[in-house]
Amino acid sequence: MTTKVTSTPVPPTRRRGTEAARARQAFWLLLPTLIAIALVAGYPLYRTIFFALFEADLTTPDQRTFLGLGNFWFTTEEGVALGFLQDPKWWEAVKNTMLFTVVSVFLETVFGMIIALVVNSAFKGRAFLRTAMLVPWAIPTVVSAQMWAYMYNDSFGLVGRGLLGGQALLANTDTAIWALIAVDVWKTTSFMALLILAGLQSLPGDMYEAADMDGASKWTQFWRLTLPLLRPALLVALVFRSLDALRVFDIMYVMLGANNAAATSMTGYARQAMIDNSMLGMGSAVAVAIFLIIMVIVVVYVTAFRVKFD
Amino acid sequence: MNLQKTNPTLYYLQRGLFYLLVLVISVYLLLPFFWAVLTSFRRSGDLFLSPMEFVMAPSTVSNYVQVFANPSFQRGLLFSVIVAVAAVIISLILGSFAAYALGRFRFKGKSMVLYIILAVSVFPQIAVLGGLFTLVRATGLYNNPIALIFSYLIFTIPFTVWVLTSFVRDIPGELEEAALVDGASPLQTLFKVLFPVMMPALVTTGLLAFINAWNEYLFALTFTSSNRTVPVVIANYSGASQYDQPWGQIMAASIVVTVPLIILVLVFQRNIVSGLTAGAVKG
Repeated sequence: MTTKVTSTPVPPTRRRGTEAARARQAFWLLLPTLIAIALVAGYPLYRTIFFALFEADLTTPDQRTFLGLGNFWFTTEEGVALGFLQDPKWWEAVKNTMLFTVVSVFLETVFGMIIALVVNSAFKGRAFLRTAMLVPWAIPTVVSAQMWAYMYNDSFGLVGRGLLGGQALLANTDTAIWALIAVDVWKTTSFMALLILAGLQSLPGDMYEAADMDGASKWTQFWRLTLPLLRPALLVALVFRSLDALRVFDIMYVMLGANNAAATSMTGYARQAMIDNSMLGMGSAVAVAIFLIIMVIVVVYVTAFRVKFD
Repeated sequence: MNLQKTNPTLYYLQRGLFYLLVLVISVYLLLPFFWAVLTSFRRSGDLFLSPMEFVMAPSTVSNYVQVFANPSFQRGLLFSVIVAVAAVIISLILGSFAAYALGRFRFKGKSMVLYIILAVSVFPQIAVLGGLFTLVRATGLYNNPIALIFSYLIFTIPFTVWVLTSFVRDIPGELEEAALVDGASPLQTLFKVLFPVMMPALVTTGLLAFINAWNEYLFALTFTSSNRTVPVVIANYSGASQYDQPWGQIMAASIVVTVPLIILVLVFQRNIVSGLTAGAVKG
């Protein structure tokens, strides 16, 4: 295992030996991580895919019947639709999750950009704002969900009673989804702003001086210089935020309860089937569907925008 | 810059609007938290007051006294600390081995390993929930913090490996070459040469992983029944009856769980930003 590298020129064969030794060492260094990943991600994922093909109860997973794709789509002889893809509640969850993802990621990007541009310019109180930016991000999601549930409360919430005059926003899933978007935007705009700010600070300053000399307005400079140069950083941030939004669970579950969370988030729907209703097979099928949706979106993002991760 | 002299009105108007924007942003970012802090110091009877009266109402620490006297909150704090610290320590140890290999060694299949790790970090947790649940049950670890420590590795390990790999790449290679020439083994090199240099990176990564583990909700909700972590305790915090939400206590518990994080984040501000951008922008 020990490698001696001498200072004298190394003959080609010896060098190849060293390379092979280095590769072996790298393997041993990586092994614990690979085993851990196989145990916590690989094997459970395999089990989820496996159970998706069976009818099984959560408490007795060993007593199962093979269904094939029946958890996804199955109609009994009496015409009862049992597959989750035939359940309107699933499609409501998909629709709400997509709405949530598109609107909140869009708003986070716009607000994040505005905050980053403000913090990137020189003014008194900039250090304060930079610090304030970190506060919503540092607050645990469950805590921000509870904070906002209180703010939305129709009898004493600052928003629910004050701004909306006693309207119970969270009682109805159609209005609740907008209330939830507002919570997510509040919590993660700072994260977006931080990433954009880091991108802004790496932009070359002399290009702006040249643009100033040429008489380009700040507005033109933003669209022609800043935005194109920020593209790579922005895209990676967008991918990560979108994936986070697609698998959202906490804020729905805490603010709406298990049942309404199942109609507003795909993860909430899967968890209700799998854990609350104890239908391991059906819940696993939903989880597989979510996994596939997310993987497809990753591939689309990466190929359409040629996102580079390294 | 000469706008100030040529057209002072326009200049001050612009400055004024800019500071108005700064004010709006600050209020937007801080008001909900400020309101939660305020509520945590108010008596439950005062919640119905109008906002101005509410601000002026007398303060009390009784919500905090009750929260700290609550046994499930005490247990929650204890379990949260155990679970998050253990998950972070395991991830840092495994992660720094892997990051050293990925950042310094050249070998076949390296980009493959990097992509697997990246894929796991975009994994929806729900995709492993059922599989993990049956495993947790089968091994008798249900309601045991070990189940949470183990399952949290699914997000702490990929994160630490990615961030530490980008830090390892930035360390000048001469340092360990010298150690290798002296005949040190890779592990000796890692522990004696790289760890001291990587200390700031380890602290940053550990802190960010700690925040993620401290906040985790889905696994904690599913794999435990009484040994719950604080996010689950706070989400389920209930009063004497179902219809009586003790908002003052909920907010007090929320503040107790949040303030240490905010202090840590503010103290390590610079490191956090660099850690986040290394983790997110580079991958």
